[in-house]
Amino acid sequence: MAIFLTVAVIALIYIVIIQIAKASEYVSVLKGEDVSRKQNNKINGFLMVVFLVLGLIGVWYCNNLYLGKTLLSVDSASVEGARVDSMLWITIAVTGSVFLATQIILFWFAYRYQEKEQRKVFYFPHNNKLEVLWTIVPAIVLTVLVVIGLRNWFLFTGEPPKDAMVVEVTGKQFNWIFRYPGKDGALGKKYFRNIDDANNNPLGIIWDDQLSHDDVVFDKLILIKGKPVKLIIGSRDVIHDVGLSQFRLKMDAVPGIPTTMWFTPKYTTKEMKELTHNPDFVYEISCDQMCGNGHYSMRGVIDVVDQEEYDLWMAKQKPQYLVAFPDKDPSNKKDSVKLAVAPVETAGKTIAKM
Amino acid sequence: MSNEAVIHSPVEIGAHEEHGEHHHHHETFITKYVFSQDHKMIAKQFLITGMFWAVLGGLMSVLFRLQLGYPDASFPWLETILGKWAKGGHITPEAYYALVTTHGTVLVFFVLTAGLSGTFANFLIPLQVGARDMASPFMNMLSYWFFFAASVVMLSSIFVETGPFSGGWTAYPPLSALGDASPGSKTGMDLWIVSMALFVVSSLLGGLNYIATILNMRTKGMSMTRLPLTIWALFFTAVLGVLSFPVLFSGFILLIFDRNFGTSFYLSDIFVNGVGALPNEGGSAILYQHLFWFLGHPEVYIILLPAMGMVSEILSVNSRKPIFGYMAMIGSLFAIAVLAFLVWAHHMFVTGLNPLLGSVFVLLTLLIAVPSAIKVFNWLTTLWRGNIRFTPAMMFAIGFVSLFISGGLTGIWLGNSALDIHLHDTYFVIAHFHIVMGVASMFGMFAGIYHWFPKMYGRYLNNTVGYIHFWVTIAGAYMIFWPMHYEGLAGMPRRYYDYSIWESFKQFAELNRFISTVAMIVFAAQLLFLFNFFYSIFKGRKMTSLNPWQSNTLEWTTPLRPGHGNWPGEIPEVHRWAYDYGKDGVDFIPQTTPVGADESHH
Repeated sequence: MAIFLTVAVIALIYIVIIQIAKASEYVSVLKGEDVSRKQNNKINGFLMVVFLVLGLIGVWYCNNLYLGKTLLSVDSASVEGARVDSMLWITIAVTGSVFLATQIILFWFAYRYQEKEQRKVFYFPHNNKLEVLWTIVPAIVLTVLVVIGLRNWFLFTGEPPKDAMVVEVTGKQFNWIFRYPGKDGALGKKYFRNIDDANNNPLGIIWDDQLSHDDVVFDKLILIKGKPVKLIIGSRDVIHDVGLSQFRLKMDAVPGIPTTMWFTPKYTTKEMKELTHNPDFVYEISCDQMCGNGHYSMRGVIDVVDQEEYDLWMAKQKPQYLVAFPDKDPSNKKDSVKLAVAPVETAGKTIAKM
Repeated sequence: MSNEAVIHSPVEIGAHEEHGEHHHHHETFITKYVFSQDHKMIAKQFLITGMFWAVLGGLMSVLFRLQLGYPDASFPWLETILGKWAKGGHITPEAYYALVTTHGTVLVFFVLTAGLSGTFANFLIPLQVGARDMASPFMNMLSYWFFFAASVVMLSSIFVETGPFSGGWTAYPPLSALGDASPGSKTGMDLWIVSMALFVVSSLLGGLNYIATILNMRTKGMSMTRLPLTIWALFFTAVLGVLSFPVLFSGFILLIFDRNFGTSFYLSDIFVNGVGALPNEGGSAILYQHLFWFLGHPEVYIILLPAMGMVSEILSVNSRKPIFGYMAMIGSLFAIAVLAFLVWAHHMFVTGLNPLLGSVFVLLTLLIAVPSAIKVFNWLTTLWRGNIRFTPAMMFAIGFVSLFISGGLTGIWLGNSALDIHLHDTYFVIAHFHIVMGVASMFGMFAGIYHWFPKMYGRYLNNTVGYIHFWVTIAGAYMIFWPMHYEGLAGMPRRYYDYSIWESFKQFAELNRFISTVAMIVFAAQLLFLFNFFYSIFKGRKMTSLNPWQSNTLEWTTPLRPGHGNWPGEIPEVHRWAYDYGKDGVDFIPQTTPVGADESHH
């Protein structure tokens, strides 16, 4: 019933508008097209200024409402991301002032030079000085922005510091798998045909490679405050994207082509909770590349902790090799009934069913 | 009806000329309205098909905005319309992604490419250069019917069992290549590719015709530097299309091979849940993105340039002043057209692209801001000290400039890779391209329709509805897309069905509701325009003058309703450029007027 009512009301509004419009057209024909055009001109010229003023108020109001909800109101969570923020502010200043100037000029000119009978237009087909001026000034300003941008770009995409830790991130529909290199600091080789979810090898690790034996696979990304981290990013199926909005970075996960990204976390998760005044704060990895119908639920969690806490956590982890081959696990010799199930897979299956 | 009598009382003009068509044409209903080879009729066919798609594409956005704005509400009527795609009145993720994808494809290609440049290139090129028709009217007709076929195939994909393609309008493989990775990539994707292939053919047939006509069929005296800017813009648009659509086509062919014939152009190292490891090795998923964006970026200008051209013309006519910096306008169009081919990888900064290559693309991308700035300043100077008539067309032209500035400036953010690495694929991008490419080009299209409607149908559109349409649309467009910048600055990713599980993005629930509500109102305002359009074709106020805007260009020298061939007698000769407004105190001097002895030079 409510639907019919809504439709009826909408239809009524249409009819009213159309009738008014038709009536005004009859009036304009009766009055003469010239007279009515001049009237319309006055009204619309006036509305141009009204729109400008209301629009600028709207911009200010919107900013008041939402700036606090963006990341600009919180410090970047990575050392490198702070450069993104400072660049954002410079770019806002430049484009913002151009925006204000040109919009004000546009709507003001429209109002100021609306048709007046006595006005003689200024025949002004070109002026080389002016045209050169507004070719060169934007070019200079843009050069400055490019220089700032490229310096940051080469830092972001350049080599990470030598002491950086390495974590492998693998995307799949629709969750993330993280692999830590273990004590030897090197990741074992993998091959996609070895992927075997049922036998605890979701990444296709080649077990013959000795380096893989201490690799730890986990469903969360644990990082250390102040320690640079290099992510080696890949995908098991379609293209995903590791979106780290709090760290101001993102990088695609492409099947068959590993990509990398590095940064230095600045605040632990605990510190961020205080900084954002949000007790529920977590660092989230959002998949930023359309990857299928569960794209919106492809969420990863990052925990930034200090070194001590990390060491404690790492000590408790069982290498994936031992999860896949429980009989080789010395701790299982005593109690062979216990079956290790990779936490990753159970989580993966529930989300995939959604 | 006395009212009808009033509105139709002005003296009928050109009534006898309507029948002044070439007598050797023996036209039937089929040859006149269906398989017409008259560029004006083909333009109308493109326009009306484009409008059909605009309504459907717009309706789709209303539906998925419903999900984004009211994720918890249930709308039983949705189940009535969509069936299993909206179980219990909730749009399913499958349907959501299908809607988003189809909305994007349809709006970009069918509305803003075919509907915009298909309409106005066809309508304006012969009329403004002074030609009887296109270089090849038959190819021109084929161009429309290939587009029509593309439309039919795309429309049919909505009704297949596994749903239409749902992997985003860019159709990145492997997602688009693997039916097992997404149900939309099954039959839906096959139809999507077929439809797009037909569309590419249509676009090439049209484009070649436009170029040939502009280069070869200008009337006597119409040198290239006397062409109106609309024609220059449509010329560069056609060149862009002819050079870049084949590349897209090649990308699609490889995709078809990967999908159906077991090749590995784009596929490598893939393990699909529930299927296992695929045999493909050695392909590169990124290759497709290069091929796609090699069209995809010029495509942005294919959409935007015709709007720029029409806006230049309309601003000049209604300011009663020449366009400022005509040669600079052509130069900047040329610069944009060249640079359009050299910036495609700025869509791929975060794909793992070589950083050095990325930096080159940053430089070239930001370079585009220079010709764009020239255009904006030239438009502003055109208004300066003019005598502005606010026809509905002029309103939309001014709105275009405002939107082009707003959306263009955020391009400077996204083109800088070090910022893109943060903002890529967030709502900031949605805001940017909807304002600068979507809404701005729509405004260009509306400006064109309001301006040339009298030439198309011999009647005016209703002004009052036009003004309401304009003010609701511009205010609404800003209210929808401006706040999205803030969502983007919070890192909120695009193409999400639901944000409620995300601690980082759920703070915008209220804003999303606001945006969805405004989107519905703006959509409703477009229906008003639609009514105005179809009503005015038959019942609109009749023209009292052959040149209602007192414009200089050639199309206004034709009869009220020109027949096939455009001019009943000789094609007029051109003696000057198109922008002699207010010269030597004369309001306007049509291009057909010979240069007087005492006229000043500029």
